[in-house]
Formats: sequence, C-alpha cells, structure tokens
Amino acid sequence: MNEVVPASVPVDGLLSVAWLVIVLPLAGAALLLLGGRRTDRWGHLLATGTVVAAFAVALACTLALTERAGRTVSLDLFTFIDTGNLDVTAGLLFDPLSAAFTLLITGVGALIHVYSIGYMAHDPGRRRFFAYLNLFVAAMLLLVLGNSYVALYVGWEGVGLASYLLIAFWHTRPAAATAAKKAFLMNRVGDVGLALAIFLMFAQLGTTSYAGVFGSVGLLAGGTVTAIGLLLLLGACGKSGQFPLQAWLPDAMEGPTPVSALIHAATMVTAGVYLIARSAPLYDATPTARTVVLAVGAVTLLIGAIAGCAHDDIKKVLAYSTVSQIGYMFLAVGLGPVGYAAAIAHLLAHGFFKAGLFLGAGSVMHAMDDSVDMRRFGGLARKLPITFVTFGLGYLALIGFPFLSGWWTKDAIIEAALDRGGVSGWVLGGVAVLGAGLTAFYMTRLMLMTFFGRPRWEEGVHPHEAPASMTAPMVLLAFGSVAAGFLLVSVFPLSGWLEPVFGEPEEAAHLVSPLVVSIVVTIVVALGALTAWLFVGRREVPTTAPARVSPVVTAARRGLYADTVNESLVMRPGMWLTRALVWLDARGVDGAVNGAAAALGGGSARLGRVQTGFVRSYALGILGGAVLVAGALVAVTA
Amino acid sequence: MTDVPWLVLMIVVPAVGAAAVAALPAAREALARQLALAVSLLVLLLAVLTTVAFDPGGERFQLTTSVAWIPDFGVDFALGVDGIALSMLLLIGVLVPVVVGASWRDTPLPRPGRPARSMTAFWAWLLLLESLMVGVFAATDVFLFYVFFEAMLVPMYFLIGSFGGANRQYAAVKFFLYSLLGGLVMLASVIGLYVVSNSQLGEGTFAFDALRQLEIDPNVQKLLFAGFFLAFAIKAPLVPFHTWLPDSGAEAPIGGAVLLVGVLDKVGTFGFLRYCLPLFPDASRDLAPWVLVLAVAGIIYAALLAVGQSDMKRLVSYTSIAHFGFIALGIFAFTTEAATGAVLYMFNHGIATGLLFIVVGMVIARGGSRQIRDYGGLAARTPLLAGVFLLAGLASLALPGTNSFVSEFLVLIGAFPTRPVFTIIATVGIVLAALYVLLMYQRVMHGPPRGVLLVDEDGPADHGAADHGPADHGAGEHGARGGATAVPERGAGGATAVLEAPARARVLAVRDLSGREIAVVTPLVALILVLGVYPQPLIDLVSPAVEATMSDIGVDPGGSTPAAPGSTGTGGTD
Amino acid sequence: MTITNYLVLAAILFTIGAVGVLVRRNAIVVFMCIELMLNSVNLTLITFARSTGTVEGQVIALFVMVVAAAEVVIGLAIIMSIYRTRRSASVDDVNLLKY
Repeated sequence: MNEVVPASVPVDGLLSVAWLVIVLPLAGAALLLLGGRRTDRWGHLLATGTVVAAFAVALACTLALTERAGRTVSLDLFTFIDTGNLDVTAGLLFDPLSAAFTLLITGVGALIHVYSIGYMAHDPGRRRFFAYLNLFVAAMLLLVLGNSYVALYVGWEGVGLASYLLIAFWHTRPAAATAAKKAFLMNRVGDVGLALAIFLMFAQLGTTSYAGVFGSVGLLAGGTVTAIGLLLLLGACGKSGQFPLQAWLPDAMEGPTPVSALIHAATMVTAGVYLIARSAPLYDATPTARTVVLAVGAVTLLIGAIAGCAHDDIKKVLAYSTVSQIGYMFLAVGLGPVGYAAAIAHLLAHGFFKAGLFLGAGSVMHAMDDSVDMRRFGGLARKLPITFVTFGLGYLALIGFPFLSGWWTKDAIIEAALDRGGVSGWVLGGVAVLGAGLTAFYMTRLMLMTFFGRPRWEEGVHPHEAPASMTAPMVLLAFGSVAAGFLLVSVFPLSGWLEPVFGEPEEAAHLVSPLVVSIVVTIVVALGALTAWLFVGRREVPTTAPARVSPVVTAARRGLYADTVNESLVMRPGMWLTRALVWLDARGVDGAVNGAAAALGGGSARLGRVQTGFVRSYALGILGGAVLVAGALVAVTA
Repeated sequence: MTDVPWLVLMIVVPAVGAAAVAALPAAREALARQLALAVSLLVLLLAVLTTVAFDPGGERFQLTTSVAWIPDFGVDFALGVDGIALSMLLLIGVLVPVVVGASWRDTPLPRPGRPARSMTAFWAWLLLLESLMVGVFAATDVFLFYVFFEAMLVPMYFLIGSFGGANRQYAAVKFFLYSLLGGLVMLASVIGLYVVSNSQLGEGTFAFDALRQLEIDPNVQKLLFAGFFLAFAIKAPLVPFHTWLPDSGAEAPIGGAVLLVGVLDKVGTFGFLRYCLPLFPDASRDLAPWVLVLAVAGIIYAALLAVGQSDMKRLVSYTSIAHFGFIALGIFAFTTEAATGAVLYMFNHGIATGLLFIVVGMVIARGGSRQIRDYGGLAARTPLLAGVFLLAGLASLALPGTNSFVSEFLVLIGAFPTRPVFTIIATVGIVLAALYVLLMYQRVMHGPPRGVLLVDEDGPADHGAADHGPADHGAGEHGARGGATAVPERGAGGATAVLEAPARARVLAVRDLSGREIAVVTPLVALILVLGVYPQPLIDLVSPAVEATMSDIGVDPGGSTPAAPGSTGTGGTD
Repeated sequence: MTITNYLVLAAILFTIGAVGVLVRRNAIVVFMCIELMLNSVNLTLITFARSTGTVEGQVIALFVMVVAAAEVVIGLAIIMSIYRTRRSASVDDVNLLKY
C-alpha cells in the first residue's frame, strides 16, 4: 500500500465545528468539577447530555464526511508549540478511521452514561464520577481525532489520567488505589515508547503530524522505521494491556463497572489498535515490526484466554477476555493491509458486545450486593430476565455464534491469518482458532456459573432486575452485539468505508476456503462450550475454589505469573535500588559533605590547642620564626 | 512607557517595602503582612507593565539602565532584560504574592523558654529577597550579577534559619556555606574575565555585552567556565552538589521553600544559559557531555531518591533536583527547541512545584507532620485539597494538558536529535516521576483514614512499624538528623491539642480548603492549565533570546534541519 | 677599634633579653628584657650609622625609642591593672586568652 496523505481541503460548514465533539464533554467535566456541590442534583444529566450532543455532532459530521471527496478533512485549530524547527499545530483529522472511533466512543459512551445514572444513583460521589467520565470521553476523542502524534499523545495521557481517576474512584479501598496506580505506571512505561517514537520522527523528519510523517516514510532508513514501529508498539501494548504489559488490566476492574465497560473494554484499551492502524503507512514499511505486532497479538490472545478460564471473579474473566480479544485485533493489524479493516471491524463489534457484557455484569453485581464471585451466583436467569437475555446475546456474539457479530469479525481475522500462508500462517491461524475455543470455554463457564444451575447465593441476597435506565442501554448494546458484525462486514463493508485510510481492499486469494474455516471454528467453539458444560454445567459448582488443582490451573489463576514476574524483576529490585540509593545519598554524597565539614571543624579545634594562652610560649614561637627567617636569609645570600 | 525605568522600580519598590515593614514595631504583624501583600502585588503589576513595555522582536537587551558604580574597575550598575530574564521576573511577580498569601497564617516555631518571635521580620526578609531576586535576573554587568547573587543568600538564610522547622539552623548554615563556596569560586572567574578583558580591550570591563565579544583561549575558557559552572551547579542543584536542597527545602517555611526552589535555584540554570554558554562557547561545547552526564544522572538518581523519601517536603525537593536535570539537559543539548523548552521549564517548574509545595504545606498545616506515613485517606474528607494536590502532582510529572508537559516535551524532543542516548535515559525518568507522585498521592489521600486522622487514647494511631512500607527506610536516616519524625511541625499546635483530647478511635474532622487557601492556589492552577493548552505566548516571549544565545555558541537557530543525516547521530538515514 | 665589638655587645644584649623573655615569669622583668632587646637593636643601628656615615640609622633609633616609650606606658598600665585584679604579676597566671 502506498502512503496515504490526507489531503487538506479547506473545511467549511458542519465539519468546521468538529472540535465541538471534544469540547462538549470537556466543558461538562470542567463545569462539574468547578461547580462543586451546586451541580450535584443535575450534574449527571448534564454530563450525559454533553455526550449525547457530542454523538449527534459526530453523527452529523460523519454524514457530512461521506459526501466529501476523499472523505478526509484536516482542521487546524491553533498553534500549540512553534519554536525552532518544531511546529506543532493543534488540529483535528476527521477521516473514516477517526469517524468510526468517534461514533463508537460517543455512542457507547452515551449509553454507558445513561446506564451510570442508574448504577451510581446512590453513590455520594456521583457528580465526580460523571465529571471523570466526561473527561475520559473528551480525552479519548482527542486521541482519535488529533492530526498529529503530539495531539494523540496528549489524548493518550489524558485517557490514562481519566482511567487512573476512575479506577481509583472508590479510593478509600486500598486495592482500588493500588490498581489505579499500577495502571497508570504500566501505561507510562508504554508512553515512554510512544514518546521516543515521536522524538525519533521529529529527529529524522522534522515533523510529527500524520500528513508530514506518512508523506515521507520513504525517506527513512529501514532500521529507523523498524525502531519507530517497535516503540509505537510498546506504547500500544501499555495502553491496550498487551503482553508484556497486560497485568494492569485485570486489576483495573476495581473501578466501577460502567468504567470497566467504557474504558477497559470498549474504548481506551483499543487505543493501541487505533495507534497501529493509524500508523499503517509506517508499519507497511517495516515487516519486522509488523511481525513483532503479530507475535504480541498471538501471545496475548492465548495468555488472556488461558487466564480467563480459571478466574472466579466475573469482572476479571471479562477483563482477561478483553485482553484476549485485543490480542486478536493486534494479530489482525499485524497482518498488514489484509487485516486492518478486519481489526477495526472486530474492534467496533467488540466495543458493543463487551460493553454490553460488562453492563450485564454490573447489573448482576447490582443484584447480588456488589459481589463478583461467580461461585456464589447461579440460577440468576429467572431473577434477571432482561440481563440474562442481553448478556446471553453478548455472550453468543463474543464466542462467535454463527451470524452474530463475533462470528463475522473473528472469522475474518482467522481467515486473514491463514491467508498469510506458510508455517507462520498455520501457526497464527491455529492460535486464533485455539483462542476461539478457549473463549467459548471460559464464557460458557461464566454463563453457566452465573445464570444456570442451583442458586449458591450468600444469605440475605435478594436478586432483583435493574432499573430501566440500566436495562435500556443493555438492550441497545445487545442489538449492536447481534447486528454490528453483519452490518460492518456485509451491509456497509467497513473495508470500503476505510479505503481512504488503508487504501483499496485487496481481494486476497484464500488458501483455505472461508466456509471450511467457518465450519472448523464453529466446531472448535462448540467443543469449548461443551467442555465448559462438562466442568461446571453437569455437576455442582463448589462455593469455594478448590485448593488442590493442577499447576496449569494455578498458573492460569495467577494470570500466568505476570504479577510475579513484574514483582521479582522490577518491583523488588527497584525497591532495593531505591533503598540503597537513599542510604548512599545520606551516607555517601551528603556524608562526604558533612564529613568535610566535620573534618574542617575538628582540624581547626585541634590546631587551636596551640594557642595555650602562655605568653612565653608565643614568644618562643616568635623567636623560632625570626631565627628561621634569619637563617633563610643567610642561606640565600651565602 | 519605555522611558520609565521599570527594572529599577522593580528592585526599589520591594526594597523600600522591606525597609518599611522592618521599621514597623514587632506587634503590628497584621499591618506588616498587609503591607507585604500590597507591595508584592505592586511588583506583580510592575512585572506585567514591564512585559508590556518589552518588545519580543526588538533588541536583545531592553529597558536598559546603566550608571557608573565603581568606575576604577569598570563596574556599572547596569540593568536590562531579554525574554529569558523577563520570564523569570514574571515568575517572581506571580510567586511572591502567592507566597505571601500561603504564609498568611504562619507562625514561627516556638522556642522553648523564650518569647514567641514576631512574623514582621519574615515579611521584611521576603520583600528584600524579592528585590534581590529581581536584581540578579536583571543585571547585565557580571560584577553586579555577582553582588546580587551573593546578597540573595542573606534573606534566604534568615528565612530558613529563623522561621524554619526543627532542624532549621543546620539547614540554613548548610545552604549558606554551599552557596557561598560556589559564589566565591565564581568570583575568581569573574575577576579572571576582567583580567582577560583588560588584556584584550585595553581596559577592564564587567559589561556582559562587551565580555561576550571576547575571544578567549579555549584552555582559559575551561577554567573560567568551571568557576561559573560550579556556582550554578550548586545553585541549580545538579547531582552531586545537591544535598543541601532536601535539607533546606524540608526545613524552610513553605513560603521560603517555594521561592527557594521556584526562583532562587533558577538562578543556576539561568546562569548556565546567560553566562556559561555565551561567554565560554568553546568550553561549553567541549564540556557539554560531562554536564549532560550530571544532568541525566540527576534525573534518574533524584527521582529514585524521591521514591524512597518518607518526608513530603524532602520528596518534593528531590523531584526538583530531577527537574533541574531536565533543564540542564535542555540547555546543554544546544538546540533551539531544547533550550526554549529549558527556559519554559524554568518558568513552569516554578509554578508547578510552587503549587506542590504550597499544597503539601496545607496538608502539613492540617496534620502537623511532614511524614507521609502519618496520613491516609485525606481525599474523602478534603476533596478540594486532594484535587489541587493531584493537579500539582500531575503538573510535576508533566502530564499533557499541564504546563510542565510543554516544557518537558520540548526539552526531550529538542535534545533527541543531538543527544539521543542521554534523551532516551532521561525519558525513562517520566515513569519514575509518575511513581513518586502517585506513591505520595496514594499514601496521603487514598485508602481508609489513618495516621493523624485517627484518634484514640494513645494519640495518633498507625504509628506502628508494621504500616511502614519498605520505602520508609529513609525515615530513620533523615529522621535522626532532621528530627522531624517526632517533633511536630509548625501549625501543629492546634492539631496536637485535639490529639491530646481524650477520645475513642474516631475520624478527625479535617476542614477542606478555606477561602484564603483557594485564593492562593487559584492563580497557580489557572496558569498550569492555561499554559498547558496555549503556551505559545510564553514561547514567543523567550524564543528570540534563546535563538540569540544559540547563535552565540554557533548553533544556527533555524537552519539545522533535523533530517540532515550524520549530525543526528541516530543512525544513518536515507 | 672595629664595629665588631659593638655588634658583639649588641648580640649579647639581645640574647640576654630574648632568654629573659622566654624564661622569666615576672611581667616586669619580661618587660625590661624586651627593652633590653630594643636597645640592643638601637645599638646596632647606631653602630652602622656611624660606620657608614649616614643618618638614617640614628633616625630609626630615635623612632624605636619613641615607640618604646609609648609601649612602656601602655604595657605598664596593663601590668598594673592585671596585678590589681589578679594579685600577681606572673605572665603564666594570665592565660585566659586561649583556644
């Protein structure tokens, strides 16, 4: 594929106010944070209103965009930084890719805002919650709408901040505070990669705007492009919870469930996919970096799926599922032009069904007094009919039940992987198919443990269906889960819509017929679901997790030892280093200073002893000195 | 407007104010602080008017005043500002009124067996310090600069030594001796410059513009450079000349600490840019790698040390040392972008770290302890304080959207083309910055209420060693010397009284920000956000001066296309 | 008669004076020994002035005498006041001015 340089056509009409999409939620956040208690009563409505309005603007802008030639609009707002050779203009790039993301963010965001009105109704910090949520939406929109890597970076860190604030929303719980910090720090590790990639672009090309960088990819040496690609990948791994920076995402479930749905499932964690897809012209010039993306995606896909099989915390299972599904997206973007559209399609579909699943999980928690332990659920299907149906549709979409969203988009990725050909094609395809089977296993296990079987509720729990403000978004998302894949792949093919960004979709010659792939995948999925039924459906689920389990299950329960590795490789050595340095600074560096002062003081005290106060000893000193001088004079003249 | 001697006014007004405050009887404390506030606001107004009178596109030094002072040695009382100095004057103008407001209710630490001291002297020293700080940035005569440089120590010495924490005298003497040592070595270099100018021009001079034209032998340059560098490296401080700052920062009263780290230390980095680079271009180029080693080592080393601190004020001091490493990196990378970033960093760091110090001071005023482990769960009780604390912390870790991001980004992106290895190491520092900020924030603000918030019959709970994280190791080290572990801080009087009241374990009522405190933090919060989104006016103000400095050392401000292979050192391009 | 004899005499006087300053404890005696040393120097100055036929030596000797006179006044006054306060004129008893 060739460089795609967004043409900068003068902007007029509706598109010239595209910045409203970002400013609306931002203004909402500012008003709620600055307004204080005065806004307590209506703040959540205002926050929801701003996101709905942003969705409306985004929708209008997208419609306006379809009528424009090239379907790409660049909008310069103001000079952000201009000094020396560096000229960063704050500007927006509205093209099919960012439009798709904008619609996802504002659409799902608006639904989750509505859901939160019910979910957070009795929380004393509701206003703060909605302010942070608005802040997140604004930052995420900046991330996808910015027209340069610097703008993306600003949004990138902004969503990191919002994620931190929202994970730590119930900050009196130490686990939440620690999880928030962990998320921010691991994200920052990735941010170093992103920052260095931007520095490298500026050093080599003198620009950081998409247009400038993509226009001159050809000028870069192969090694440099690979370096940029790998650094960007590091950033993407941090934000998207990909190997080796995946450990923060399951912990992030300490945040309120709407946050998990919006930030840690539908939007923010997919920013890594966006980054790589957006940087397609760079990755197209570096097969090496793309192979690494592939490997990261494949490895994470399996890690997430395996870890998801062993957890009993409903939100953690969904979190590992998210890790695994984003692994699929990385795998797809790693495949290059054949995979970009598939990755974005899967991303959008995943945004719908995973957000729906999380909202369903929130509804279950709402019913079960905020419990997340699936071993104490069971038999909820009858008590929570709407939740069960919507959750079930999301479940079917996720495991790839034929003709639901996941089936369309996941199969496209598996096909693309197999089409790669050769050993790597078979390995990647195999991994993707295996992942589909595992997905079916852990999701079926989740469904069975939560909604079927005998109730294993704790005493005093009286499950009840959630209010309409919560169920309505779940229903809408369930529609999305069912239809999104079909719409995006068949009715309005996303690959065609994204053509201005990724170029003409290639009709690759299929090595394996799609029909065969579909049948094989469906069989594997059915096997996974069947296995789950054998484990938890057919027999009674114990209310406490069995302690004597195989090493494989132990490893899966501990997230394949990611935390252990981080702890023993980074945290503990870091702590020792810090302690040693504190000691060194106090004793070594400052010790040298204080030592010099002490030596000077002690020396002068000792020298002072010569002053005895006896006049005659002074006189002797004077005489001695005089004799010395005289002797010296004699010696010199002689 | 341009005929008004703005700079002279900015020096004279606070000096006269200081004299007037000092002349007040000790009992008139309220009048003294009102006068101090009025004078500092007047100086802020003067700073703004000075900026209006300044033409960024005009000559390098503007608003100049020159009066012969010691004609026999060619010393003039010469003042003038370029964009860099002017940005520092603005910083002084903003920070001093804020500091006055933040110190409004401060009282000196009681001395056992002696009558309580009056705060009148505090306000007088503060205003005198402001006058001298303006002088040091506005001087265009090297000797005059030296005089202000040394004179500045005196008020700060008394601010720390008379109004500081328990271990204030140790800190004050350490600060004074350290700075004096550097200053004297610099004096030797100043005299050396005079001698060189005498032999080259036939008549000795200290005028900066004349000295800049000299062609000095490279070896002589290195010696003279070393003298200036040592003074500035102590002042700024760069590792390993830094150990005075944590002591001074921790023991100084909050207002003093803000001005110390916010402005006083900037004289060091300002000196690099104003004196070291233009006067000794060859030496600067030759020795830059060594300076960069110190700078980058400082970024990592001080950040790691900050992670290990248990005393909030020491922690903030260490973060500043790391930030000074970034500034030095920006200056000695020799690119326009990085140097502009460094100047912006000087301004932004004053705002951000000033706010962080002030907020930490507000926390200490409520809890009566500087130790992080004495706090926990404050956010639930003081949401506003927590919010400002977090914002100050985020500005300190250079989150985009805050002013510090612009400067740190400029420094790093500007330094990368010429010094990729150093920049990569420095970039790792941003992870550590997040670590120390969030660790402190989490321990103080998050979690269940504990420490000074919890009260039972035995006094503050949670003092047990079991709670102390491993990183608290430093507490023993410094507590023994700092005496801060056991000794209540200033403002502790009220809290201690409550703590002693017999009560069962319960959560203390801690009040959120008062109206005065909101008024103090608002200007800084606003500056952080506004300059984070729209920094270009400040960039436009300093850019011409930075470009002039760059051309002094032979860097073409706009010409060095980064794409030029070879010069980048990042591996060959096309 | 050469100048040697005068110089030898001056050296002997100086030595006596110096030894006296070092070994005697009584402040008055120390004081007189100092005078002795001053006068031995005066003798040397006059001797050389006489032998070279110049006047400078004699001028300096006069200066020495004037300074010595002034010094005697102050010195004796100090010794008197010390004696009054401490009831002793021994130089070893006044050793308060030390480290």
